[in-house]
Amino acid sequence: MAEAHPVGFQWVMEAKARGATVIHVDPRFTRTSAVADLHVPFRAGADIAFLGGLIHHVLENELDFREYVTTFTNAASLVGEDFLDTEDLAGVFSGYNHETGRYDPISWQMDGAYAAPAAGQRDHWESELREERARFTSDTAGGAGDQAYAPADPERDDTLQHPRCVYQVLKRHYARYTPEAVSQVCGMSVEQFLTVADAITKNSGRERTTAWVYSVGWTHHSVGVQYIRAAAILQTLLGNMGRPGGGILALRGHASIQGSTDVPTLYDLLPGYIPMPNAHLHSDLQSFLDADAAKTGFWGHMDAYLISLLKAWWGDAATADNDFAFDYLPRLTGNHGTYGIVRDQIDRKTFGYFVVGENPAIGHANGKMQRLGLANLEWLVVRDMQMIETATFWRDGPEIETGELRTEDIGTEVFYLPCANHTEKSGTFTNTQRLLQWRREAVHPPGDARSELHFYYHLGRKIREKLAGSTDERDRPLLDLTWDYPTFGVHSEPDPESVLAEINGFDADGNHLSSYTQMKADGSTSGGCWIYTGVYRDGVNQADRRKPGSEQDWVASEWGWAWPANRRTLYNRASADADGRPWSERKAYVWWDEEAGRWTGHDIPDFEAGKPPSYRPPEGATHEDALSGTDAFIMQADGKAWLYAPTGLADGPMPTHYEPVESPVANMLHAEQDNPAREDIVRAWNRLNPSMSDTYPYVFLTYRLTEHHTAGGMSRFLPYLAELQPEFFCEVSPALAQERNLEHLGWATLISARTAIEARVVVTERMKPLRIGDNVVHQIGLPYHWGSNGLSRGDPANDLLGVVMDPNVHIQESKVATCDIQPGRRPRGPALLEFVESYRRKAGVEPGGIT
Amino acid sequence: MTNVFEAFSGETPSLSGLLPDPTTDAGWSGDHPKRVGFFTDTSVCIGCKACEVACKEWNLVPDDGTDASDLYRLTGMSYDNTGDLGASTWRHVAFIEDVRPHGTATTGHMPSGLPAITGGAPTRDAATPPPGGGTVDLLALLPDGASGATGGGIVGAHGQQTPDDERDVRWLMASDVCKHCTHAGCLDNCPTGALFRTEFGTVVVQDDICNGCGYCVPSCPYGVIDVRESDGGAHKCTLCYDRLGEGLEPACAKACPTNSIQFGDLDELQAAADARLAELHGRGVEEARLYGRDPDDGVGGDGAFFLLLDEPEVYGLPPDPIVTTRDLPEMWRNAALTAVGLGAAVVAAFWRGRK
Amino acid sequence: MGARTWLGEWPMFRQATGPDPLGRGAAVQSPRTKALEARTRDADEVVKSVCPYCAVGCGQNIYVRDGRITQVEGDPDSPVSRGRLCPKGSASTSLVTSPTRVTTVRYRRPYGTEWEDLDLDTAVDMIADRVIDARRRGWQDTDDEGRVLRRTLGFSSLGGATLDNEENYLIKKLFMALGAIQVENQARI
Repeated sequence: MAEAHPVGFQWVMEAKARGATVIHVDPRFTRTSAVADLHVPFRAGADIAFLGGLIHHVLENELDFREYVTTFTNAASLVGEDFLDTEDLAGVFSGYNHETGRYDPISWQMDGAYAAPAAGQRDHWESELREERARFTSDTAGGAGDQAYAPADPERDDTLQHPRCVYQVLKRHYARYTPEAVSQVCGMSVEQFLTVADAITKNSGRERTTAWVYSVGWTHHSVGVQYIRAAAILQTLLGNMGRPGGGILALRGHASIQGSTDVPTLYDLLPGYIPMPNAHLHSDLQSFLDADAAKTGFWGHMDAYLISLLKAWWGDAATADNDFAFDYLPRLTGNHGTYGIVRDQIDRKTFGYFVVGENPAIGHANGKMQRLGLANLEWLVVRDMQMIETATFWRDGPEIETGELRTEDIGTEVFYLPCANHTEKSGTFTNTQRLLQWRREAVHPPGDARSELHFYYHLGRKIREKLAGSTDERDRPLLDLTWDYPTFGVHSEPDPESVLAEINGFDADGNHLSSYTQMKADGSTSGGCWIYTGVYRDGVNQADRRKPGSEQDWVASEWGWAWPANRRTLYNRASADADGRPWSERKAYVWWDEEAGRWTGHDIPDFEAGKPPSYRPPEGATHEDALSGTDAFIMQADGKAWLYAPTGLADGPMPTHYEPVESPVANMLHAEQDNPAREDIVRAWNRLNPSMSDTYPYVFLTYRLTEHHTAGGMSRFLPYLAELQPEFFCEVSPALAQERNLEHLGWATLISARTAIEARVVVTERMKPLRIGDNVVHQIGLPYHWGSNGLSRGDPANDLLGVVMDPNVHIQESKVATCDIQPGRRPRGPALLEFVESYRRKAGVEPGGIT
Repeated sequence: MTNVFEAFSGETPSLSGLLPDPTTDAGWSGDHPKRVGFFTDTSVCIGCKACEVACKEWNLVPDDGTDASDLYRLTGMSYDNTGDLGASTWRHVAFIEDVRPHGTATTGHMPSGLPAITGGAPTRDAATPPPGGGTVDLLALLPDGASGATGGGIVGAHGQQTPDDERDVRWLMASDVCKHCTHAGCLDNCPTGALFRTEFGTVVVQDDICNGCGYCVPSCPYGVIDVRESDGGAHKCTLCYDRLGEGLEPACAKACPTNSIQFGDLDELQAAADARLAELHGRGVEEARLYGRDPDDGVGGDGAFFLLLDEPEVYGLPPDPIVTTRDLPEMWRNAALTAVGLGAAVVAAFWRGRK
Repeated sequence: MGARTWLGEWPMFRQATGPDPLGRGAAVQSPRTKALEARTRDADEVVKSVCPYCAVGCGQNIYVRDGRITQVEGDPDSPVSRGRLCPKGSASTSLVTSPTRVTTVRYRRPYGTEWEDLDLDTAVDMIADRVIDARRRGWQDTDDEGRVLRRTLGFSSLGGATLDNEENYLIKKLFMALGAIQVENQARI
């Protein structure tokens, strides 16, 4: 955190000054470790073993916050009899299909209930499976879109003793994650592990809370989602969710990467985490809502959120008669994530590519794959401030040097369009705390530079002009689109506040909506992203609120605007006990005011303000009415935090330790070596290193440095930053340096089944060899900022990586892989290809290639 | 009131020793602002180098490579790639890494109530065998507890960390800066009046006066000030003199994410530093110490002083800096006639410098 | 300037007659030094902004004079950052005034070996034509089993995560209307 989010880290240092204990668990000793109370060295890719060990420690010693657990979680619920654990099936869960490599999650269900997931793999529920389960549900009538499902209310055992209750299922699942096992798998000592376990359990409960902070060190794995799940289970058991000083805090790495997920430029989402419709399930609006909207909890209003979105996009053309233009939405049939797109580019199945403020030739895993994709396009639009490598791959990419590609043979037409920077346009970023902050334009962009708002608005305008009058049915969505934003200035810049107002939404009379609870499913309201509704409340740009922090309390709710509804801590109902009283005075945050008959506190309650703790849903209740006064997790169909996730995940209801796809060691906890449901791309340009290979014996991990920013487009070109970390380097331990004859500041060549790269060697005690079972594992650190352009140059670390993906979110495993390291510089030209091929031959890997 | 002749006679001891108010000593009237400075608390420094960048952005200092033939090269000194304070580096973050036997160094910059980890090899006698139903017997995977390093080519004989020893890695970071000494050798030796003490008690080079003679360079007991090749002038931290006049804090202190660099009135900073030191000592951080805080040291105390977690030498700081002009008054007394000549030389130097 | 005043400004005179006999302070302060002031002082406006690097969302004050940015530094009002910035955020002035920044359209024709100039409007018009063409050629009405797809795989988009929400919104909206499902972002990475 000190490395990549230094200013956020001031709050950690402040907490530390007030007596907080800071523990840093990381493969490397970083600038965070330097000021932590304890650094625990650790093997990259073993996090679930570690977190599972902590869960085991909590359950085995009954250190959970029992009252919190029984009030707010599904610990007491009974898992269906069909479920079989990894303990029963040699490392996989029931429902695994060895031929397809996928899970059918029907056997994971709770006893007597179906629950739609609040996120994730909503479409796992094939319709026939849902029908099969329908016998467990009772018929209820409801409003628009309501289906005949009862509130998810599975059988319970509040004593937590029933062998099929979640608590016991969890306990059995993690039984083998003993401190000794953790020590073996992770490479930390039993004492270190117990020190951490002791610290976090003693620091959780009524009076104290513990927070976990993670970044892409947890997400860039073939089991990345399960890493986060494991942390969620732990934090829920310890009662650290929805409370001040608790939570699992994702430190996101880009100014509005949270916003890029909320208002998603992602293939599988519509704004506000509404899933994209699927061809095989969603023939019309009703079938979409049937499959994807929970009937209870706030996701029960997905119809209102979606129809308001369709109204925002297609206005008067979206009517009740045409399903509010639901049919205008294109349909998915599978994974169209970025790596699949690049594969299709190489296969010439897709022709054009917009790359906007991104440098995939350097910043994405398997750089060769990225550049081959670019080289097989018909046209490429790059919008950036500097001449980044993605724009110049055709003249100076590594494949030109090796002779794999020739400039004269690359048919890609490249448009480089300069873009405006953050001071040259107004708009909102959403930060890592879900906080929308408005930036005001300070100066006009120079020359041809324009904002993305300008580019896409005018591109859309031109396309619509060119297709005006078309009678082709497929052009209707484009021509019916609401695309008439007011513009200003000599360049006809669209007014970003008008876009923000559209995102916020309007009621039937054209008034700005103030809350998503005003959205209706009858087409009378509009709103482009329901979770952002309220950001333009009363016609005021709430994201531009700038009451100084010094004039506010510590929650600072009058600075910017946080989604949803300006709530700063999600699920904060859980900061009070079942009766609505704060768990302790020290940790009071939101509580029930009996006299006023309302929830109140330091933050805006993430709960219906007038629903008393004593509320119990009547028979047949739906939506939020089906949630009781203690169901704090209001987006869940059952209002509970899920310790066991019966739906929503593609690779199991409970996190399980699998080794990274490229690992130097065998999985010591389960027979299954790596994630059986992971996603692969099998191509000559994406060969994988075999695990436990003598040819690729070392672990490497990639990361950022404080002094640079991702793929370097905003740092390598600036002298004051370039001079601070001037060259690409690898960090190795003295022991590894000795083993491979590496000299400090000398050159090293790193080799994987993809390619070989060279880096300066930094020998440092901050890298520590680890004992894993009876192996010694060396880890090599690789900051990934460099490329061939800019002031500070070097080989791209990401070229060393292959692409294997988490099956839930299709994110690549780029935080751990294997390689060899040798002293000296890498071969040049075609000799590099032969060098890499010789390694593949030695390791028994199929030949590489560019097709 | 002293005049130039009285000063030369050595009556005014303002070239060394205790001097509570160097600002008045430099001729500013009694209602001058309070002396300001930096207190750099290295125990909370995270080595981010925001201070280096913020300084350069504000003061338009060229990047380090401007005068170097070997631009953008790693120095090999941990994460420090700007090397040292100099004409183009007015804030410099030093990184010191080492390992120590376990338990002999404080883990992290500042300990809390965490129990110490027992040293020695990790326990390998697994108390809890894996439950039945599994396919892997962890116990079978355990190496012999006594065999120590086995296979894997592990090397432990050369002082490196091995998997089986738990030594404490220590990574100290400290942002260094001009000390704005009470007795500033650079200033006292500047023949042109380019270096002067401001009304805030800080020491600043006046670019329009400096002729690049370089006398100040060897006069600095800390090796801070230097002459920049590209413009021939001497440069160093000004404590953002131009910002102080506006009531703004210096750029480095403003940017510092963890408040490791604190700016303020010197007396208040000294009080804060004393309190911080007491707090750290109270927590058992015995190695914490203040550097440049003592007004009785060889430079009369620093306007920019530090809290360190080890000996000054570890950070590349002189352990006992002495102002290079300490012995000057005595020399002058012994050579009064020469002193008059020296005065004439100073006049000449001014004349040249103003052209 | 009268002779007396001139004499009074002369450092040697001030040194010999004033309270700074050694010429180390007030006596030698040059007029230029005396006139120094922070360059932010004469800013035409101070514009409130947010750092473009990581997702902490530190507040920035942008100092503008004569339509140019003279300084970017932390906004002390921000309860997120309290005026502080990391080295990257502190380099924002360099970022927005970088001399290597590209400010004109560059065009590389198929199989070309060099960049060429291109008018911005022409470029956008050419891109619009290519979108329409790729959209048509990549169009899929139905899948193999006759299920409605109504989409194109002809082109795709990859956005960085420094785009504004409003910009992402227009991208998603336009691509959905075009039937283009392949919209991706750094957020996937």
